[in-house]
Amino acid sequence: MSTLVKFKIDGVECMAERGTYIVEAARENGIYIPTLCNIRGVKPRGSCRICTVLVNSRPMSACTTPVTDGMEIINDTPEINDTRKSIIEVLFVEGNHFCPSCEKSGNCELQALAYRFQMMVPRFPYIFPNKTVDASNPKIIKDHNRCILCKRCIRAIKTDDGKNVFAFKKRGMKLEIIIDPELGDNFTDELAQKAVEICPVGAILPREKGYQIPIGKRKYDQVVIGSDIEKK
Amino acid sequence: MATNVQDIITKYNKDKTRLMDVLIDVQSEHGYIPKDITKEIARELDISHVDVEQTMSFYHFFSETPTGKYAIFLNDSAVANMMGRQKVKETFERETGIKFGNVTPDGAIGLFDTSCIGMNDQEPAALINGRVFTNLTPFRVKEILRDIKDGKAVEEMYSAAFGDGENRNELIKSVVQNNIRKKGPILSEDYTPGIVIWKKLPEMTPEQVIDEVKKSNIRGRGGAGFPTGLKWEFCRKAAGEKKYIFCNADEGEPGTFKDRVILTERPKLLFEGMVIAGYAVGATEGIVYVRHEYTYLKNYLENLLQGARDRNLLGKNIGGIEGFDFDIRLQFGAGAYVCGEESALIESSEGKRGEPRDRPPFPVEKGYLGMPTVVNNVETLCSVVKVLLNGGEWYAKFGTKDSSGTKLMSISGDCKYPGVYEVEWGFSVKDILEMAGADEDRVQAVQVGGPSGSLIGPDEFSRTLCFADLATGGSLIIIDNSRDLLTDIVLNFTEFFVEESCGSCSTCRNIPNMMKLKLEKILDARGIAQDITDLEEWGKVLKVSRCGLGQTAGNPILTSIKNFRHLYEEKIQKDKDYDTEFDMAAAVKASCEAAGRIPNLN
Repeated sequence: MSTLVKFKIDGVECMAERGTYIVEAARENGIYIPTLCNIRGVKPRGSCRICTVLVNSRPMSACTTPVTDGMEIINDTPEINDTRKSIIEVLFVEGNHFCPSCEKSGNCELQALAYRFQMMVPRFPYIFPNKTVDASNPKIIKDHNRCILCKRCIRAIKTDDGKNVFAFKKRGMKLEIIIDPELGDNFTDELAQKAVEICPVGAILPREKGYQIPIGKRKYDQVVIGSDIEKK
Repeated sequence: MATNVQDIITKYNKDKTRLMDVLIDVQSEHGYIPKDITKEIARELDISHVDVEQTMSFYHFFSETPTGKYAIFLNDSAVANMMGRQKVKETFERETGIKFGNVTPDGAIGLFDTSCIGMNDQEPAALINGRVFTNLTPFRVKEILRDIKDGKAVEEMYSAAFGDGENRNELIKSVVQNNIRKKGPILSEDYTPGIVIWKKLPEMTPEQVIDEVKKSNIRGRGGAGFPTGLKWEFCRKAAGEKKYIFCNADEGEPGTFKDRVILTERPKLLFEGMVIAGYAVGATEGIVYVRHEYTYLKNYLENLLQGARDRNLLGKNIGGIEGFDFDIRLQFGAGAYVCGEESALIESSEGKRGEPRDRPPFPVEKGYLGMPTVVNNVETLCSVVKVLLNGGEWYAKFGTKDSSGTKLMSISGDCKYPGVYEVEWGFSVKDILEMAGADEDRVQAVQVGGPSGSLIGPDEFSRTLCFADLATGGSLIIIDNSRDLLTDIVLNFTEFFVEESCGSCSTCRNIPNMMKLKLEKILDARGIAQDITDLEEWGKVLKVSRCGLGQTAGNPILTSIKNFRHLYEEKIQKDKDYDTEFDMAAAVKASCEAAGRIPNLN
């Protein structure tokens, strides 16, 4: 029996290996579904909800739902895209995102998505929360103002013996990311570097380094996010 | 102190999946969970310190700072407020000299708000060191505080007689009343514990049990209404070395308290239902996840479980069936509404934050510890005992075509007889109002199914309670015309969702709060027509959240706009169609204060 399944995205016939998550399956077929909390190679979590698609008319997160034979997926409609845009907007207003002064500007996935979805003024009121910058770690800076709580660092950064270095604290609007003081202090350079790279926004930054690539020459200064997938 | 923690950790075999139990024990022993202890727990369970902090900080009843020798948690649900909570709260604050959210300087008393504690039929109610105090009045508060001053133990502070039925059992001794108003197959006294285990199961194969349950057409009683027989069949067919039966006794939906009554009066029926489920799906272990607020039933329930073991209704070769082994343990929560969601409940039982999982896979395929797991509501499990006893066809005769059987309703609010009613599906809201002794001419609204359900007005009172029309987990709150619907009900319920979001989804973490701010703006007479439209639009975005909590968090506002739009329209400014929402005075306040200037706002 073939392990390939056939499914449709916005009416376009697609094929992928059985069990592939919709986001990846779409990518293989040259279709971009926007993601933010998702990272390739790490178990998905479906927390940002930007990849929401309609699967047989029900909203599902495309990063956590595997494709099945005959699945009908709706991805690119004005309604779905407006929901995605509102999610991007809500992420902007719940934190303190000042792009012009952010080290990550141009390499930031949230900013890139805001450009792609042509966000102008958020529909939600700015909360301007009082958030702190945690500079206690010897290798990285954790800026809670910019954190979008996507859980990437929690999921991807583990010590050699599999222990968690990052975790959530509290819940709801009080939710924040914490770093294990002991394990974080013993970060290897590689792990610290990985944490910086894995953060989609400017919430985890390396200490004593910055602006190595000038603004204007960064990843999303050149191309629209997702365009690499769509070109295939 | 250190030896105590060691004992606790050893009691749970240094098993990191039992972190909840470890933290519950430490919290109850010390009144809080100090940092040196969390460090010790992390070391002993071989997990990161942040893992312990992550679980601990998630639950309302865990605290990293002392909560007082007497920790008082006063319910702040809508019905508590309707029944006079405000005066009770003020008395507590005046007499102790502290505001809610604080502990007295001598460390004696802590005052805290808490979400609905399952006592809506006897509000205002509070938990004091885990024991329930109901029908509070300002006078009663003074008595309680006097007793505290005298150093009385919490158990000695009850002034009234104990409640009815098993509430006065030696192992419960609580003032809680059952308020059973109408009985049916579940609440009926006509039940001999173990009858199905001894008389029916030995003659049936697991497949036959599932078939009988399917014949009854029973659907899950938690609210979602998934067919029980089908769920069991999926789990039976799923591959796994071990399978689990979970009973969801985390009823946290404000206004629901029927599981409290079942746990008090029919726990043996529940346990037998779990054994039947275990037999049907091939599970060896059952876990009853009980909400923290019902900890006062712990010793009673543990004792009954031991009794069942002694009589071979639990344990090995149950009912004389060779090779059928099944046992049940209790798992307590620590204050989180979201844990009533089945996958969050499983996460919590594994010692983690109660964050719902992504589905697929469903718990029947990959549940507790990655194994196939059935999660059923308390009432569902009780019902299947009667299904097996009298047959699926007998059961299917009750109720309506698509909703068979009976349903336990938790009725509260403005009525003479709040309490638990076991009725057949198909009753209308009007019937219920009559039964509960509500003055129909004065009822302006009924909240069906708790905050996640809908707020309906008189023109819908002829609708029937069943899955095809008004589906409900069983909570009905009656609201008469003396109440301010938007402030007393809608705002309270929206705040509830803001408080109870796990925060994982960007939508559920933020949008209920955005909606709350907008509702407050309208209530404050600053709203414009666009604000109502915005609320409707924002509510739609919540539908893409991962779990039922997030998907329904907008319902208090959305259903009240749908059914009581005029209340919103009355409050908005008629002459204004654009609003900058900019407040000059507020914007310059801090800078003017810093510079010592008086703002000139003209």
